[in-house]
Amino acid sequence: MNKSAASEQPYSARAALLAGARDTFPLLVGALPFGIIFGALAVTSGFSPWGAAAMSAFVFAGAAQFIAVGLLAAVTPAAVIILTTFVVNLRHMLYSATLAPHLKELPRRRLLPLGFWLTDESFVVAAKYFTEVGQSPHKPWYLLGSELAMYANWQFATWIGILAGQAIQDPSSWGLDFAMVVTFVGMLVPSVKGRPALASVLVAAGAALLAYGLPHQLGLLLAALLGIIAGVLGELIWPETEPTQ
Amino acid sequence: MNEFLLIAGMALATMATRIPVLLWLSLHPLSPGVARALKYVPLAVLSAIITPIVLLSDGKVALRLDNAPLAASLVAVLVSWRTRNLLLTILAGMASFFLWRAIFPH
Repeated sequence: MNKSAASEQPYSARAALLAGARDTFPLLVGALPFGIIFGALAVTSGFSPWGAAAMSAFVFAGAAQFIAVGLLAAVTPAAVIILTTFVVNLRHMLYSATLAPHLKELPRRRLLPLGFWLTDESFVVAAKYFTEVGQSPHKPWYLLGSELAMYANWQFATWIGILAGQAIQDPSSWGLDFAMVVTFVGMLVPSVKGRPALASVLVAAGAALLAYGLPHQLGLLLAALLGIIAGVLGELIWPETEPTQ
Repeated sequence: MNEFLLIAGMALATMATRIPVLLWLSLHPLSPGVARALKYVPLAVLSAIITPIVLLSDGKVALRLDNAPLAASLVAVLVSWRTRNLLLTILAGMASFFLWRAIFPH
């Protein structure tokens, strides 16, 4: 994301779409191994190849898909898996709330696909771009470009994993899923600007460790909320500091 | 278990977290204070996702030399901080991770 397109404001919807896809490229590299492992795990845990592909196509939520595969392997009732999916994905409500002010000019029906395709990665890329670019009529196109790139990449990775999973034992032992963590590190570090931002990151980290035992990743939500509060309090404590971008 | 129903249920549960807030806030704008607070969402969520994966092993904090995720994450933080290049960060982090696992096999 160091070569962000924000400095060169796209002059057309098409340019914004391509800029969104281009700025998302490094994240595709990080998500690819994750998707491959998902496909492989899904077919070794009892999903049919078509079921695994359909889950990536219609659910399109990496973390929730992994958890569902794990729960299915542990013979968990479908209702519990669906409820867990909802709770694990609650963080998307924070994402939509953050992006919504930038999309308010858009006809409401066009919000539906943008919402369907929203992921951690596209959210972070778009949120960064939206704050840097200021006023632009092409923000939704930028987000769409990022989302379509992530979606195509996720389907592709899932299919590779499905094909590989039918041949390979114990795909989770490869360690490739760690790519997601280093990707998120690379997204996080450049955005830590100023003391309130650092406070937000450290409080969220500490809270996530302490609250890890809570069920259904509720610790993640709690830690995120405390991190946000820490950032806001940080702005009150260090008012001279520029707010984070 | 019916695979079709499971996937349909998961798809609806996921959409329920992604779409309604977008629709609602397109009609009812956020107060400036809340909008300000939401700037911390990426920082706080990413930090909360990464930290337990990197620092915890079997539910306990593992500040150990043989913790490959920890070592590789520190490399990734360093590379990201110095270069701000995401692709380089991912590659350096993964290379360190596999190197560390080769040196300290489980």
